[in-house]
Amino acid sequence: MSETRTEGVRHFAHHFKSAFHEFDACKVGMWLFLLQEVLFFAPLFVGYAVYRALYPEAWHEASHLLDWKLGALNTVVLICSSFTMAMGVHAAQTGRKNKIVLNLGLTILLACCFLVVKYFEYSHKVHVGLLPAGMFTYEGLQHAKSPLFFSLYFMMTGLHGLHVLIGIAVLGWIWSRARRGDFGPDYYTPVELTGLYWHFVDLVWIYLFPLLYLVG
Amino acid sequence: MSQHKEHPPEHAEHKGHHILPVLTGAKVWIALLIFTAITVAAARFDMGNVNFTVAMAIATIKAFLVVLFFMGMKYDTNENRIIFFSSFIFLFIFIFLTYSDVLFRELVMK
Amino acid sequence: MSHDAPAHGSHDNYLTHKRGLWSWLYTLDHKRIGLLYLFTILSAFLVGGIAALMVRTELWKPGKVFLDPDGFNQAFTYHGSIMVFMVILPLIPSALGNLILPMQVGAKDVAFPKLNLLSYYVFLFGVILAVATLFTSGIDTGWTFYAPYSIRTSTATIMVVTGAFFMGFAAILTALNFITTVHKLRAPGLTFGRLPLFVWCIYATNIIQMLATPVIALTLMLLVFERLMGIGIFDAKLGGDPVLFQHFFWFYSHPAVYIMILPAMGIINEVIPVFSRKNVFSYWGMAGAVFGIAVVSFIVWGHHMFVSGQSETANFVFSLLTMFVAVPTGIKIFNWVATMYQGSIRLTTPMLYAMAFIFVFLVGGLTGVFLATVSINVHLTDTYFVVAHFHYTMVGGAIMAFMAGLHYWFPKFSGRMYAEFPAKISWFLIFLGFNVTFFPQFILGMQGMPRRYYSYPERFTNLNQISTVGSYLIALGFVLALFYLIYGLLWGKKAPDNPWGAETLEWKTSSPPPHENFIREPVVTHGPYEYQI
Repeated sequence: MSETRTEGVRHFAHHFKSAFHEFDACKVGMWLFLLQEVLFFAPLFVGYAVYRALYPEAWHEASHLLDWKLGALNTVVLICSSFTMAMGVHAAQTGRKNKIVLNLGLTILLACCFLVVKYFEYSHKVHVGLLPAGMFTYEGLQHAKSPLFFSLYFMMTGLHGLHVLIGIAVLGWIWSRARRGDFGPDYYTPVELTGLYWHFVDLVWIYLFPLLYLVG
Repeated sequence: MSQHKEHPPEHAEHKGHHILPVLTGAKVWIALLIFTAITVAAARFDMGNVNFTVAMAIATIKAFLVVLFFMGMKYDTNENRIIFFSSFIFLFIFIFLTYSDVLFRELVMK
Repeated sequence: MSHDAPAHGSHDNYLTHKRGLWSWLYTLDHKRIGLLYLFTILSAFLVGGIAALMVRTELWKPGKVFLDPDGFNQAFTYHGSIMVFMVILPLIPSALGNLILPMQVGAKDVAFPKLNLLSYYVFLFGVILAVATLFTSGIDTGWTFYAPYSIRTSTATIMVVTGAFFMGFAAILTALNFITTVHKLRAPGLTFGRLPLFVWCIYATNIIQMLATPVIALTLMLLVFERLMGIGIFDAKLGGDPVLFQHFFWFYSHPAVYIMILPAMGIINEVIPVFSRKNVFSYWGMAGAVFGIAVVSFIVWGHHMFVSGQSETANFVFSLLTMFVAVPTGIKIFNWVATMYQGSIRLTTPMLYAMAFIFVFLVGGLTGVFLATVSINVHLTDTYFVVAHFHYTMVGGAIMAFMAGLHYWFPKFSGRMYAEFPAKISWFLIFLGFNVTFFPQFILGMQGMPRRYYSYPERFTNLNQISTVGSYLIALGFVLALFYLIYGLLWGKKAPDNPWGAETLEWKTSSPPPHENFIREPVVTHGPYEYQI
């Protein structure tokens, strides 16, 4: 895609026929990427499904140690960030540069909020010893399998958190490009693709929140 | 399936470049917040296994709202729909066939 | 290998388009990236092959020949992991796929050239990480990394597993790239019904890679965390379930054997019609069978676990489902034979390899049906019967087909011909050596010799020695191939644009092709195998 050429304002790589052709291909590529993301998270969901089916009491007991209020707060934060992201894409499509910058900035800010809340949750758990099974020191849980819940909790939220971090990095890059004025109605593919990724991160959390915090 | 794929013609342009209206976006956002409230409220009542079903049903509604509107799947091509939704078919195959072992293992022990 | 490739006359081609080492290392041209893959993978093949010879040499007689038991464990682990993760999995899809697929669909390049280069370097990084463990404590888990041993062993599991993670990531990116290419960059007139079957097979492979590889990637990461902080998901000591690791592993690794074999079938699909001068028998039957195999591959993984302690119910379900794989595979074998029937067959080297493939793969496939039967499987699990079976499919399948493809497309990507006579001798050595090596292993397995064992009772000595002799014959065949191919690359006769008289698009451009594949965008008006004899 390095050898771009200019045709009016649109630019696209040499092996595509038009800017739309490139946009279309990039979108297929992004959906394919999200398809593999679903399967990337799959083992954790399968692990959760298996252990929850085998040890429902352990799950019930352990999930009550999570603070649903913080989980709900983070759900709201992520939903809002998804909204600002969608508005960022809208602004790009309608060519309002300041609004792109504003909305992307808000999205980054909300993503950071999410991580701050997560940090407080994690540090509390580390403090009381609610850790993955091998390092579990918390006393006061009856069921022998309860530590497994926290193994999965840390793996699932950890992988999701990693996606949030990567999202922040990508959003930061897109934000700086938006400030430079790279995007407009003719070219906003990176904004749209980042949006798809960011909504996917939200999507994962939409399932993680009830699975971990609510229905133990 | 491939009429508009050979040469990206102009009529496909509208489909790929759909713009989500701000008002629709805002409605979806409000709906997502309301559903979050509902799912939290529902979890306060202990209804046994029903809790799980309710929570998953609400999560799936929320997921559909995000996918259809925020991610624009409602306005996207069938190609992209097939790509994304097929992943869930394989996720379920993964879960159910693993269950065929794990949930029936006790029969062997007896 | 390739940056000193010879200049080709007057016309500009992809080998001479830009010069210098940097133009190769930072190339965005899919053909050059394909050659980089080919070079890297064949280097790994050399290392894996040496490990195989070490294993076979050590098994010359019971007791110690030249390795101690730990060394033996490491030799077969390196052989397995290198051959699976670094050779057979990426060999045809990434190397030959990159070289040929974009040309076959009539595109200038893959959809995302930068991503393509990135995936090569991610792959290379994974290979280096994994091979570097040769200089540390090594690995001795077997290529399957089964928990809990892989959690406990003191060897360098984390490095190898992380290497495999990166290789998987590279495979996903390549698959993403190819699927988008097939969807979006086909030449005018090249409808799905006119795609060469090689494209269909790579496409189906890519779908499996997209769906299955992420699962192993995360599973291997869980294994790393298992070792680092004891998350206990796979560790019975911490309340977890080691069998769950096997489920996760085989959810990927069973489809992965179709990542190995579907591209191989794709090559056979190209070679057989061309050298029989006949349209392929039942085009849609072939394409459908490929997709049938791809989908069924996801619902049969439990047949690797019949004796792992999984439930009887699962054994029953997976055994039944596994039988379904035989149906599309059978369709393909029948169709190849039917394509050859009454054709005017030319016994060139690619065709010889293709015919060897059909024979060898049939043996491998049929013994697979034996193994899918629970009652027989319990007797044969972890014996040399299994070793022979999967070598008949993986070596006999993937490597034979790769050799067919390498010879078939050699004139295209090098612009020169290989020498037919030494090629046939080499084919004969490999085919003969292969059967001499692995056929006795069926018998050994039936008699109860377990795999991965350092020593064995006296009565197995004869068969083991036959097998070892065979392995040296294979090695001899490959060394010969290396020599005549390098000779062909440097001094071979100049190749015409279409030496085999094929109809697919890659033969419609010059040999070697120009930088952007075609001087003028090709327009397709008929199917890929409609020969005007």
